Amino acid sequence: MEARRVRPNGWEWMSWLYMRVSAVLLVFLVLGHLYIMHIVNSTDTIDFAFVAQRLANPIWRVYDLLILLLALSHGLNGLRGIVNDYTRPGGPWRLVWNVALWTVGLVFTLLGALVLFSFNPSAFARP
Amino acid sequence: MYRGGPGMLAWALHRITGVAILLFLFVHIVETAMLMYGPEAYNKAIELYRQPWFKPLEFLLVAAVVYHAGNGIVVLILDLFPYATRWYRTLFWVGAAVYVVVMVPVAVIMLRSLFAP
Repeated sequence: MEARRVRPNGWEWMSWLYMRVSAVLLVFLVLGHLYIMHIVNSTDTIDFAFVAQRLANPIWRVYDLLILLLALSHGLNGLRGIVNDYTRPGGPWRLVWNVALWTVGLVFTLLGALVLFSFNPSAFARP
Repeated sequence: MYRGGPGMLAWALHRITGVAILLFLFVHIVETAMLMYGPEAYNKAIELYRQPWFKPLEFLLVAAVVYHAGNGIVVLILDLFPYATRWYRTLFWVGAAVYVVVMVPVAVIMLRSLFAP
């Protein structure tokens, strides 16, 4: 293979590589998710009961957890790339953005994972 | 490649769709978290997606994801085979054709409920 043109330093190269690796996984995971939810099924029929039945299978919990982790990190890292194009290196705005991106990433990862790990539909079963 | 030609359009659309998808992802995570508050709360939250005016937006979201995935694959091909950059315009138009062929049936399936109740 040709020598890497993008290699400012180890960290940024890892980030560049991560975008490619997560992208390949996301193409299959997300397009599969869209096909199941919007082509085979529809938002007209998806409801609590549908989701409860779907998440009864741990495979779908793992599937959704993978999308959550990969899509959120891929998206926030992509946004970090945009921020880097519009802010000065070492400047205050880049720091503010980086803190915000990490905070948002952490909060939404925890919120999403909390649901996938602890959702228990039988807690709402009518007597 | 980034001088006002199709490459620049593809690059700009990649950024715009990426940010739009990320914003929806935040909404999607919060709305899914409503599962923890029971059927009434969750069904109330996803009622938004059932509004007729939301259907075109839902289609645009799918269209944005498919574009971002397709252009991402093109970027990956160019990363792996830098020589292919010579045929970027061909690659762009082949990709655009494949995109239209895929999205027309998707549009019909996703938007038919608007026209045939």
